[in-house]
Amino acid sequence: MDAKSRDSLISILIEVVVYAALVLAYFFLVLHFLGGWLLDIYQRDKRIYAVLALFLIVCQGVVLETLTTALLKWIRSKLD
Amino acid sequence: MDFLISGTHISPIYLVVVGFIIGLLGGFFGVGGSFLAGPALFAMGMPMNFVVGTDLTHIVGKSIVSAKKHRALGNVDIKLGALMVVGTIAGVEAGAQLIQQLKRKANVDQVVGVCFIIVLVSISSFMAWESWKRLQIRRRREISNPVAARKRALDLKADDSAFAHIARRIHRIKLPPMVRLRESGIERISLWAILLVAFVGGFFSGFLGGGAGYIRMPSMVYFLGIPTHIAVGTDLFEIMISASYGTLTHAIKGNVDILVALVMHTGAAIGAQIGATATSYFAGPRIRLFFVPLPLIGAAIIVYGLITGGHHSR
Repeated sequence: MDAKSRDSLISILIEVVVYAALVLAYFFLVLHFLGGWLLDIYQRDKRIYAVLALFLIVCQGVVLETLTTALLKWIRSKLD
Repeated sequence: MDFLISGTHISPIYLVVVGFIIGLLGGFFGVGGSFLAGPALFAMGMPMNFVVGTDLTHIVGKSIVSAKKHRALGNVDIKLGALMVVGTIAGVEAGAQLIQQLKRKANVDQVVGVCFIIVLVSISSFMAWESWKRLQIRRRREISNPVAARKRALDLKADDSAFAHIARRIHRIKLPPMVRLRESGIERISLWAILLVAFVGGFFSGFLGGGAGYIRMPSMVYFLGIPTHIAVGTDLFEIMISASYGTLTHAIKGNVDILVALVMHTGAAIGAQIGATATSYFAGPRIRLFFVPLPLIGAAIIVYGLITGGHHSR
């Protein structure tokens, strides 16, 4: 394995570990509080729920993409 | 963990791991991964209507991550993606209409299942044969002219397929309006060719479920002559828009458990990053060769479903 591939592998492994810790915190803090509120909206108005569902997944997509990219950049700068 | 909207009890670790695997495959091959996600959710006792809607929702989030990463790598042709959305949505509606017709006349699960197996095995066999042929040609080139071949091998995005002559013939069709796809390196191509490929992809998506990236990505490479890396990135961009449309319609019908989708997506986000980055290390024909087992896994899951009498992903 060459140096470039080894660095990539190490940075990905560190990223997975840091990311796992963040995701764990996310489960306990955010999902726990969101659950009841979303169920209530789901039962009351499906149209609002549909817009909210799309909004939440798009927001999470953007936030996690930014987070994983920043993490990878930070780890690579530390390795260099 | 209890997911009250769909009334299911699923371990969040299971969802994260499934999401990670699907994200990895999606980032690398430009596919939605429904042929794995659907059966994985169904196996945990989730009702089939929620399986379809929730899977589509998680695909939206995952495609954003992969498409953004591919965009940064210069692998997304936005103009091509935007044009394809039109054909895809029309195709999805046509596929869904055919399903409605079949529901009235025949055993829809068996008809769709057998069609799915034929399509997946055909794509897999064809891509295996084509990629292998292309890699053999490269190897022969390396022996006859090692310097030029090495130079070309270093440029992983310089792509070629054994069916380049078909794409060239399609480029010569002068059926207006003609469009130029600068990012894909195509000077002139009929808009109708793009719409037809998108329509066929959308038709299979509506007929068989999921994003149908397994048919759209190879069609873009072989028929439109799009380089594999750009086909993967553009397909993800296109899936992002069509899956958003699907999410809204399914959520209005009450078929989406957003909490399951959010948990699955946390795994998919990191998997998609790694998968998209990995495309930089492989040449087009090799990516296509790695793609070969995926449709076969999907076909095996459907065969299992048909034998045991269960449903696959609808």
